[in-house]
Parts: sequence; C-alpha cells; structure tokens
Amino acid sequence: MEVTNENTPKEKKGLKQKIRAFFAQAPLIGLIISALIAVILEQTVGDLLANLIGLSKIPTLFGFLIILKKPLLIPSAMLYVFIIYVLPLIIIGKFTTPLMNAIAAWLFKAHKLISGVIYIGLLYLILHLWADISQYRLLTLKLTLIAVIVTLSLNVINGYMGEFSCSHPGFMALGAYTSSVITLMFFVDGKIISEALLPISLAPFVFPFSLIIGGFSASVGALIIAIPSFRTRGDYLAIISLAFLFIVKSAIENLEFIGGPRGLSSQPDVADLATVFLWTVACVWIINNFVRSVMGKALNAVRDDELAADAMTVNTRRTKLVAFMFSAFWAGIAGGLFAHVLRYINPATFGIQKLAEVLAMVYFGGLNSVYGSVVGAVSLSILGEALRPLELFKWIVIPLMLILIMIYRPTGLIAFKEFNVREIIKPKLSPPKEV
Amino acid sequence: MPLLQVKNMTHYFGGLRAVSNFDLEIEAGQIRGLIGPNGAGKTTIFNLLTGIHKPTEGAITLDGENVVGLRPHLIASRGLGRTFQNICLWRHMTVLEHVKMACYAKLTYGLTGAFFGTAKRHREEAQIETKALGLLKMLGIEHFAGDNVLNLSYGAQRRVEMARALATEPKVLLLDEPTAGMNPEELSQMMAIIRQVHQEFGLAIFLIEHRLRVVMELCEKIQTLVFGEVISEGGPEEIQNDPKVIDAYLGKEAVE
Ligand SMILES: Nc1ncnc2c1ncn2[C@@H]1O[C@H](COP(=O)(O)OP(=O)(O)O)[C@@H](O)[C@H]1O
Ligand SMILES: [Mg+2]
Repeated sequence: MEVTNENTPKEKKGLKQKIRAFFAQAPLIGLIISALIAVILEQTVGDLLANLIGLSKIPTLFGFLIILKKPLLIPSAMLYVFIIYVLPLIIIGKFTTPLMNAIAAWLFKAHKLISGVIYIGLLYLILHLWADISQYRLLTLKLTLIAVIVTLSLNVINGYMGEFSCSHPGFMALGAYTSSVITLMFFVDGKIISEALLPISLAPFVFPFSLIIGGFSASVGALIIAIPSFRTRGDYLAIISLAFLFIVKSAIENLEFIGGPRGLSSQPDVADLATVFLWTVACVWIINNFVRSVMGKALNAVRDDELAADAMTVNTRRTKLVAFMFSAFWAGIAGGLFAHVLRYINPATFGIQKLAEVLAMVYFGGLNSVYGSVVGAVSLSILGEALRPLELFKWIVIPLMLILIMIYRPTGLIAFKEFNVREIIKPKLSPPKEV
Repeated sequence: MPLLQVKNMTHYFGGLRAVSNFDLEIEAGQIRGLIGPNGAGKTTIFNLLTGIHKPTEGAITLDGENVVGLRPHLIASRGLGRTFQNICLWRHMTVLEHVKMACYAKLTYGLTGAFFGTAKRHREEAQIETKALGLLKMLGIEHFAGDNVLNLSYGAQRRVEMARALATEPKVLLLDEPTAGMNPEELSQMMAIIRQVHQEFGLAIFLIEHRLRVVMELCEKIQTLVFGEVISEGGPEEIQNDPKVIDAYLGKEAVE
C-alpha cells in the first residue's frame, strides 16, 4: 500500500510531463497529419477493427455515446479510440518530429495565403473524412461548427465587451427566417410563393447572399436593442435583449406567411459541410482579426473602465453599437446555416433553452477568448450528444457543470487568451527544458 | 486668447452646489495648480472640463472653440488629456496596449481594417506601437510594456496613466493628484517627470494637488478652492501667505 501510494503520483507526474514534452516538440502540422492518418485509417480498417474487438460499428463520437448507452462496451471503445486516433499521434510524434518541424518551418515562411490554404484545406479534409462515416457524424459536425459561430459572436458581447446579451437566439431566428424566406421564395414551389423564381441549380450561388442578408437583418435587430440600451450605463442590455428575444419569438409565431408556430420547412439542401466549414473559418478569422485590433480592444477598454476609455479618445458609444451589430450579424449567419442544415425551423427552436445552451458554451469555454469559444462550443456539443440518452436530465447535468465551472474558474476554461495563429503554427525546434 | 478658458462655470449635483462661478485662463505652456481640502470640488472641475458632467452654467473654450456639450471622447481628441485621482486603468490590458489605445482617435483604417487585417491597419498599428514605446521609454516604464497593469507598483501605474494621457497628444494636460499615495522617492520622480513632460511637449498643465510642496515648486499660478468656490488666486508666494488660505487649508496641514 505504502509503496503504491508513493509511486502513483510520481508516475502520474512523469506521464503528464512526458505528454507535455511530447506536445512541446510537435508542431501543429504534425498533429494535423496524424489526425489525417487517423481518419484515413478509420475509413479503411475502421469497420474491420470495430468488429474484431466486439463493437457492432465504428464508435460515432470517440466512444462518448457508448458511455451511457452501453457501458459494457467502454473498454472496446477505448481500445478502438486508442488504436485509430492515439496510436498515429504517438508514432508520428515519436519518429517524424524533425521532418514535421521542417515542414512547419517551410509553411511558416511561405506566403500567408499558401500556408493558409494548406492548413485550412487539410483541416477540412480531416473533418470531411471523419464525417463521411455516418450521417449522424455529419449532422453533429455541422451543428457543432454552427455552435462555434454563435458562441464566438456572443463572446464578443458577453466576454470582450462585458455586457450581458440575451438576444442572440433572437438574432439567430432573424437570420434563419430571413435566409429561409429568400431561398424558399427563389427555389421552392408553394412555400412562400406558389412558383419558385429560379431553377434550383442556382441555389448554392444565392445561398451566401441570403445568409448575408439574414446577418444584416439580425444587425438591424441589434440596432433596435442598442439604441435604448447603450444610452446610459448600467444593466439595461440584459433586460432589453431578453425582452427582444421574447418579442421576436412571439412575432414569428403570429406571422402566418412564414408558418407561424409550425415553422418553415423544405429549405433547399445547400448547406453542405464545405459551406458550413468555410463560413465558420471566415467567422473565426474575422472575429479574431477584430478583437486583436486596437479598435477591437476598445471593447475591453469600455468594459474595464468606460470613463477612462472616453478620456482616451475612444468613441465608446460607437464602439458598443458596432460591436453589438457585428456580433448579431454572425449570430444571424449561424441562424441561416442552422435553418439550411436542419431544413426545418420553428420559433420554439430559438427560445430560452437555446440561450442557456449558448451561454453555457461561452462561459464554459472562457470569456474574452476565441480559443475558449471554440473549445466551449465543441466540448459542450459533444457532451450534449453524449448526455442525450438522459433526455431532460441533460438539462440538470449541464447547468450543474456550469455552476462548478463558475465556482472554480469564474471566467471559464481558457479565458483571456489571445488566439495568435502564427504562434500556433510555428515550428517547435528547441527541446523543452527539463525542470 | 488663452488656450483653455473657463468663464463663470457653476455646477449642481441635485441641490448640492459643487462648483460655483469658477473662472480659469491657461496660456500655452503654463503650469497652473488647484488646491483645496477634500470634497472642495476639484475633481468635479476636471470632470466638467472633460465633458463627463455638463456644467449647469458657464462657458468652456479650448483654443477658442466651445467644448460645452461635446461628448468626452471628442473633447479628449481636441486636446484635453487627463489622468485620474483614483487610478483608472483597464484591468485586463498590458501597459503597451494602454498607450496604444489612447491613439484611438488617430486610427484611420476603419472597420475594414479591423475585420480583415489590411496592410493599412498593420502599418498604422506599427506606427502607434513605435510612438507608444517611445512614451513608455520617456517615462521609464518601457520594460513593463508587455505586463498586465495590475502587476505594476502604484508609482508605475501612475506613470502608465501619464503615458496614456500623453498619447492622446493633449494641448492641456489635466493631472488629478498625480502624487497621491506616493512615497518621497516616487514623489520626486513624479515631479521630475512632470517637468520633463512640460518641457518636451511644451504642454500647458493644470494640476490638482494635495501636497503643497509639489504645487509650490511646479506652478506659476495657483487657485485655492473651498466648497466649490475659489477663495484665492496667485503665485506660490501669495498663496502661501494669504490668511484666507492658511485659515481654510494650510492651517490644518501646518499643524501636521
Ligand atoms: N457624480 C456625483 N454626484 C453627486 N455628487 C458628487 C458627484 N461627484 C462629486 N460629488 C460631490 O461633489 C463634492 C466635490 O467632490 P470632488 O470634486 O470629488 O472633491 P475633491 O476632488 O475636491 O476632493 C463632494 O461633496 C462630492 O460628494
Ligand atoms: Mg478629487
């Protein structure tokens, strides 16, 4: 007993250090390539391996779904995850680090556009191959990407600007309905108007415009909230935006030409993975650009001390207004994508439950952090799926977790961290220092 | 024409007459002082000048132009820079970010630059950064550039406030008790900085002070404020010997 007690922490620490050292030397490109190998491996031998170790099919979400549904299969699922996902990582990390660092160094020096296309292309390829395994994976992935957009957009207000917005599901609804009305009008018979205006083959080209118009309609909604809320200092935004959320919902319920409480369905099938992925990349890129600029940091100045911001020439009212409309725009885009991924929306989708979900993602992931929002959206999306068998109890587990996070890390997991792409992709040649 | 002129400024907070019939003329390059016991209305005067409160009555002109009713950021970008008595820094930002932020009004890259990271934005932000680092160096805090302001000592935080105010390129710099809470060493450093800033930028400075030594050494002209009213005005000698001032203000300090 004594011996194990003494040894366990040591060993654990050793393992942790080893893992850290391992990652300290591996550049991002190494991780990307090992992930690519993992998904290719899964495509080719995944089924075989799954059958071999007693699983009826490939574990859909890294075995998370099995935990509650079929606990007996947990060891097999863990073995599967280890062989398919972890092993390539270890092998690549162990034997090819110098090569990967050389590639990373080359990419680091290459023109921004070239390295950008390569990284994003590889990332897409991985997601595409991964989602290819099942429809369920594809849908979960698309919804997760959309969650990343909404979470980021809400973080701009609740994190970066430090106000409390409750209206983001309302902005999503505006975006979802606006873009749906446009695509249904142009491409679907008998929904909004009896005969579609354009042939369906043009839908993929009109879709981006419908999304953008949806985004702008959300911005207009934001303007309506902002005018009374930002006149004076205080907690007006939370209250007014909450009222807005309810107003939007009941307005839609009462508008018969867009389906009322029954909602709108049969949107053209235009939101494939590539489209959703590209919009997500654009969102992360643009929001990250914004929050790292001096103009974007003005949001932090307004949050931390508005009087000082004013005295330092910052146009605080404009800053808040622009940020709110900008944030709403992205929530609108997310709403439009959501409508075309599910191809069905109703007003109830964009209610207080959605708000709770997005707030949880923002606060769990971390305030004032693009990193945090991505992590929060992805982890809570996966968790939500894993807890699905619990049905309504899911809504006890997630808030409970949120409360724990708030107690132990009040600003979230990865708060106040800058998302510096060049820092992430740079080669890591120097060996880590042993402490 | 004085650079900053205030005529007959009065301000009420509800029924409280915080400032009454305040007059002020500051010429370019002049250092003026404002003294008075706590609660006399000194900070309120700064808040009125910088547009945080709108005076109930009175006129304020900067460089001949009216600034009453302008929003604070516009007054600031017209050349009225300030520091705060109770240090008002942004708790999540680094020292360098503070000084860069104060160049906000000079940014021209607009939302396009902010959203898409244009070449213009990178150029402008690099320019501001050079300027900000220069100011930090001048105030002797360049080695803190990347640190969060909360990790700085009190004296260094006051310098960040000063650097930040200077980055707005003020014509008149309003300093609200810049030496409050400082030890003697920090105090003499701060006085040296005020002198240096005054010389290098040829600024006019309006200084609220608690410690008489500072005002006496730095200011050409001093006003004494008691209950919102100026009870005496003059050079350091006159003020020191004015019985009204001694009565209302110096008397207490002289005992200490
Ligand atoms: N925003 C405000 N609202 C109401 N009363 C205020 C406000 N600011 C200051 N006062 C009052 O005005 C008087 C002058 O305050 P202040 O200008 O801070 O004095 P000083 O800076 O000379 O110590 C005080 O009685 C104070 O309570
Ligand atoms: Mg004061």
